[in-house]
Amino acid sequence: MEYFIIVFSAIFVNNIVLAQFLGICPFLGVSKKITTSLGMAGAVVFVMTIATLVTYLIFRFILMPLDIIYLQTISYILVIAALVQMVEIVMKKVSPALYQALGVYLPLITTNCAILGVALLVIQNDYNLMESVVFAIANAIGFGLAIALFSGIREHLALLNLPKGMEGVPAALIIAGLLSMAFMGFAGVV
Amino acid sequence: MNQLSNFKKGFFKENAVFVQLLGMCPTLGVTSTAINGLGMGLATTFVLLMSSLVVSVVKEYIPAKVRIPSYIVIIASFVTVVDLVMAGYLPALHEQLGLFIPLIVVNCLVLGRAESYASRQSIVSSVVDGLGMGLGFTMALVMLGMLRELLGSFSLFGFKLVEGDGILMFVLAPGAFIALGLLTALINHLRKRFNPASK
Repeated sequence: MEYFIIVFSAIFVNNIVLAQFLGICPFLGVSKKITTSLGMAGAVVFVMTIATLVTYLIFRFILMPLDIIYLQTISYILVIAALVQMVEIVMKKVSPALYQALGVYLPLITTNCAILGVALLVIQNDYNLMESVVFAIANAIGFGLAIALFSGIREHLALLNLPKGMEGVPAALIIAGLLSMAFMGFAGVV
Repeated sequence: MNQLSNFKKGFFKENAVFVQLLGMCPTLGVTSTAINGLGMGLATTFVLLMSSLVVSVVKEYIPAKVRIPSYIVIIASFVTVVDLVMAGYLPALHEQLGLFIPLIVVNCLVLGRAESYASRQSIVSSVVDGLGMGLGFTMALVMLGMLRELLGSFSLFGFKLVEGDGILMFVLAPGAFIALGLLTALINHLRKRFNPASK
């Protein structure tokens, strides 16, 4: 039951993109087509889970015992950067088509604040190891859900006649606002 | 390019938020009031300025292959400095900005300037560029914060202007997206109007 609450709250109530504003760059950047946005979501699930697991262990077994918690930001970002590099190499080998599609955005996962954000939130919320991993997966799914919904709407948006100034990003931002409003309907459920 | 136009480009022509769409997470996350926007903007400006300076000083000693991790470590060090200083001297603001302080480290704007500008240009140009970009970012955050505060609670920098409750939505998450969407549309419109060549 406890895990269910963590999962439900991370996906719907406190959606990482639409309620907490983490991971906005890829959310706006790779959401023009559903296929690329799903690829991005997959990469995020993978990186976020491993990154949270590794950073959690580093925090509990290196930073805490040595009393060097002030190095948290620096050590976390280095671990995440290394992990992203690894995912990039693996993806290049396993699925060149996907690698082609995500192109410049894969290195940008390093600067996807959702990854670092979740790693830091886990410590802030005082989760244990299992809860942390569940929380990370749930947040990644929440990110995937938000970006998939958003890119679906944007594909249709591209066909519309909008006022000149509203074309592209401004219209997309307002759609994101409406999506966020829809997700607010879940507030108070958990 | 002379230094003045190098400085000015961060405000309008290459504004990080409205034109380049970098650093959107703090832009949306902390701008529920103008004060928070200002605090976040200045913290980012400090990190940007110092990391531009250091990156451009050490750029010749960093092997190309490990440059991104090196830049990240430089940036993360300054973010830690800001985090600790703010926690010590401005605890209330630190509480408000919360998670977004350590997240300056992954602000695409900071790494973007280090990679695309400071690692290629002279020290003076890099510092001027960092300062201009940072203040342009601050300007955007303050504008968005003012708009949201004005609509959301009818106040400005904490001073109540009109009695009443305001449109609560603008303080909450959806309002951030919608207000930024409207502001970006306005800036786009103005840019096309006054500078038709630069689309």
